[in-house]
Formats: sequence, structure tokens, C-alpha cells
Amino acid sequence: MTGPVLELSGIRKTFGGVTAIEDFSLEIFPGEIVALVGDNGAGKSTLIKIVSGVHPPSAGSIALDGQPVVMSNATMARMLGIEVVYQDLALADQQAVYMNLFLGREPLTALGLLDRRRMIAETEKLVKELDVRIPSAHAAIRDLSGGQRQGVAIARATHWASKLILLDEPTAALGVAETARVEEIVRSLKKRNIGVLIISHSLDQVFRLSDRICVLRRGKQIGVRDTKATDKNEIIAMITGLKQG
Amino acid sequence: MSNADLAAPSLLSRINLQRYVVYIGFLAIFLFFAIVLRDSGFLTVRNLSNIVLQTAPVTIMAIGLVFVMSAGEIDLSIGSIVAVSALAAAVTIGQYGMVAGIIAGLGAGFVIGLINGFLVAYVKLPSFLVTLATLGLFAGVSRSMTDLRSIPVTDSLFTGIFGSGSLFGIPSLIWWTVIAIAIAHIVFRETRFGAHVLATGDNARAAAVCGISVPRIRLAVLTLSGVIAGLAGLLYAGRLQAAKYTLGETDLMTVIAAVIVGGTLLNGGKGSIVGALVGSLMMGMLNNGLILMGLSVSDQMIVRGFIILAAVAVSLREKNR
Ligand SMILES: Nc1ncnc2c1ncn2[C@@H]1O[C@H](COP(=O)(O)OP(=O)(O)OP(=O)(O)O)[C@@H](O)[C@H]1O
Ligand SMILES: [Mg+2]
Repeated sequence: MTGPVLELSGIRKTFGGVTAIEDFSLEIFPGEIVALVGDNGAGKSTLIKIVSGVHPPSAGSIALDGQPVVMSNATMARMLGIEVVYQDLALADQQAVYMNLFLGREPLTALGLLDRRRMIAETEKLVKELDVRIPSAHAAIRDLSGGQRQGVAIARATHWASKLILLDEPTAALGVAETARVEEIVRSLKKRNIGVLIISHSLDQVFRLSDRICVLRRGKQIGVRDTKATDKNEIIAMITGLKQG
Repeated sequence: MSNADLAAPSLLSRINLQRYVVYIGFLAIFLFFAIVLRDSGFLTVRNLSNIVLQTAPVTIMAIGLVFVMSAGEIDLSIGSIVAVSALAAAVTIGQYGMVAGIIAGLGAGFVIGLINGFLVAYVKLPSFLVTLATLGLFAGVSRSMTDLRSIPVTDSLFTGIFGSGSLFGIPSLIWWTVIAIAIAHIVFRETRFGAHVLATGDNARAAAVCGISVPRIRLAVLTLSGVIAGLAGLLYAGRLQAAKYTLGETDLMTVIAAVIVGGTLLNGGKGSIVGALVGSLMMGMLNNGLILMGLSVSDQMIVRGFIILAAVAVSLREKNR
């Protein structure tokens, strides 16, 4: 077994006097899906922002593939192979799917012009592999359904992530069928040996998707459970504070 | 969700009015004038080429505005930049010669554009207010620069290059138009910069999380617009062989109309350089035709106002679809 792709130890984050995260430690292995659950304001999004370089931690250390890293901004985290699927997806609605996939990282031809052919070919290949069912790589984002958009956002993350994908409530706005599609896409990331950290308020989804579940309550790490070795009642008790880790 | 449900309606609405409205409008207006004004000289080569020549400065300014509006900003100050640049060039040519004059004219546009861009990108003021303020400010500057006097431009090389000259039998103003449109089209459509301008106007947050420096894009488009308006000022000075504070004063509405009719969205994220060219020619043709029809200046303004209203309506309908 290989080592963890991400290793967080003793992470703490304070905003002014407010402690958003205290003493958080977690390992994520390649091909593993870890769910992060907790009530509103528990600190889940803050944790994702720390791992993606948006906020520096107040204390603690982050290691990628065993190497300690200090990420001063999101660009650096992306260069290290960490991609985020934001809650609002961060897609440019009027641009084509392929332009969104390569936004900010467009390949160029020898003449220094946009290499559209390559962007389109790679988009079509990726979309097919992930089974994101969009009408065409040329379609504008606004002509897609919510699930298709989510699929494009995940495809973008997948294309660029070499180590880790962080998903913040990827199905919060989706219907039943579209949620199932997105879950399939997330599950298919395991094959790519990428670590996945997913925030979700749906325990059903967490139990369908994850290998392990990490519970946060008011910034405290209550515990981590193997999904197979726990049940909803235990997780709910941990989230609400009826049970300590 | 199957492919078919999603593809069908969007494909139908893709073939939408908005994309072709400028070409349809252009043809319709052309045919209308060709028929109504067939005995008034509208269709003569001389008149048609005059339209293109007279439109050149507006077309050039429209190029800058396509970048600005695609990035989700606006530049209301272009008219004032035209006057300041033309005057700066005219005064400098008289004293230091042509090259210094060109540098002065373009440099004035660059500096004003840079001021606009800095205030929008880094002080984070809305471009509408910033350029409204610089519009007024530099209108004042252009009036005081030469005490409202007109400055003649006698350098014949300058007036040839930027005005009445020609190369291979093609008037220099047409060269300027064609070359500027071609370069701008490639930069806008085929470079990273163009793609980042569109992404910034479409969704600035998305652009930022993808590593695009949104402030730098905003600074760049407004500076570019300033330089381009400076070039338009040189073209006016060259063609009229003089510069005056009134140059460009009434062009803003025409330029905005040309850009919007040409398919650039007011709120950013979508634009077309070729569309702006056709839009600009259409506005020029409209001016020309309305004059030949004998409409008064006030009637012309009213008709143009209606055309702009219609264009904005189509543009916004598209965005909210
Ligand atoms: N930039 C910030 N400045 C100050 N406080 C912050 C900041 N970001 C988050 N917080 C605080 O940190 C705590 C955790 O917030 P966070 O957004 O991480 O919660 P969450 O678990 O993602 O909640 P939700 O489920 O509602 O999305 C909250 O008390 C919040 O107010
Ligand atoms: Mg959150």
C-alpha cells in the first residue's frame, strides 16, 4: 500500500478571535473518497480553503505525497495537483465547455495562438471517459442542465488534478437523477488514483460514496469512521454532539 | 437527462436573431436606401467609399469598446480621449514633427486609459462612474489646452498617412480600418488574452479561481481602449488636417450602438470585432442615408436613438434567455 496523498496534522485556523478549526488531522489515500460532514458552520468549507491554498492555516502542517508543503495561494495548490469543485461551480456561462475546461491554462499553438483543436479533442476524450453526457464540447455552459454543469466542473478538476480533488456540496442543487449521475462520476475518480474529499449534507449520499467519514462539530474533529463499520445513527450522534469520538 | 432533450431546444435557439441581426440590419438598411435614394446618389462608388472613410474613426473606437464591454466594463471617455489626443498630436507636430506628434497623440490616450484602468482595476470603482468622470475631466482639458482654438495640421506626410493619402490605390483610412480589424479579431478570438477578457466579463470569480488576474485584464482593456481612441484622434486630425476640442464629442453613442448592434453584450462575456465593424458601417450608412433623405439633424438623432434602443433590447433579451 502506498502512503497517503494528503496528510493534515494539527491544523488550526482562527479568524481574529474566532476559532474555526482546531487540531484537525486527516490522511487521504490515492483512490480514496473521504466524506467531510458536520452541521452548518462546523468548519468544512474553511478546511477545504486551507487545503486549496486560499487560507493559510494558523497552525499545523500539510504534506502531499509525504512532502511538507506551504501553499501561499490557490494557484500554488493547483500547481501541486489539487483541484477544487466550488459550490457555485466557477464556470463561465457563455463560454464553450472546452474553453471552461482549459480556462486560465489554455494550450497554445507554435504561433502562440489558442490551440482550439487540442482543447476540443481533449475535452471530448475526457467527457467520454467520465461519461459526462453533454451535447458537445462546443456547447455553452448556460445551455446545459445543472447536472451537466456539475459534470463539466468535475471534469475540469479531474483533468488538472494529479493528486487531490475537493468537492464542496456537489449535488446540493440537483434532482435525484442528476445526483445519481454526479455520484457515478465521483465514484469513477477512484480508478484514476486521485484522492477525493467531499463535503455533503446528505448522509445517504455519504454512505453511498465514501470509504471513510470524518465528522466536524464547531471546528472540533469528532472522529473518523470507516463507512462500512459505522451507521447513520452513529454519524448523526457525532454530528449533533450526542456522542463524542 | 438524455442528450436529445437537452440538445434540441438549445440548438433551435442557437440560430438566433441576435447573432445575425447586424448582417440582416445592414442589408435591410442598405436595400432601403438603395431603393428610396436611387436618384440621390446613394449608390455611387464615391458616396459608398465616403461612408467607409467617414466611419473609420468610429470603427477604430468600436474595436477598443468590444474589448472593454466583453470584459464587463464600459468606457464613456473615448470621445474626450479623441479630442485630447488629436490636439496633443497637432500641437506637437507643429513644434517637433510627425513622429513626436504620433507619440504624443497615442501617449495621451495611453495615459488616460491607464488612469481609467487603474481606478477600475485597483481602486475598484465602477468603470461607468470612472469613465463618466474622465469624460468630463478631459473634455475640460481639451477645451483649455488650446483655448477652444482649432490647431491646423500641415505636415503632409502625417495627413497622408492618417487622412487623405493612399497606398496601392487604396485610401489610407481603409488600410487602417482593415489592419486594425484584422489584428483585433485575431487577438480577441485566438489568443489567451482574448479568452481571458471574455471569461472575466462572463464570470469574474470563475476567472479568478482559474488563475486569471482579473484586475490586470480590467487594466489592460481600459488602457487598450485609451490607446485606440488616441489612434482615432490621429485619424480625425489627419483627415480634417486640424484638431479641435469638438472632435469625437458626439461619437460615443454611435460607437456604443455599433458595438451592441454588432453582437457584443452590454454585460460582458460575449463580443465580436467583425460584428462591430459591420455595426459601425451600418451606423455610417444610416447617417449618410438620412442626410441624403433630407432629415434634419434632430430627426437623425431621433432615428439613431430608436435603432440603439432596438439593439439594446435584442442584446439583453439574448443575455436573459
Ligand atoms: N473569512 C472568515 N472570516 C471570519 N470567520 C469565518 C471566515 N470563514 C469562515 N468563518 C467562520 O468559521 C466557521 C466555519 O465556517 P465554514 O464556512 O467553514 O462552515 P461550513 O461547515 O462550511 O458550514 P456550511 O455547512 O454552512 O457550509 C463559521 O463560524 C464561520 O463564521
Ligand atoms: Mg460550507
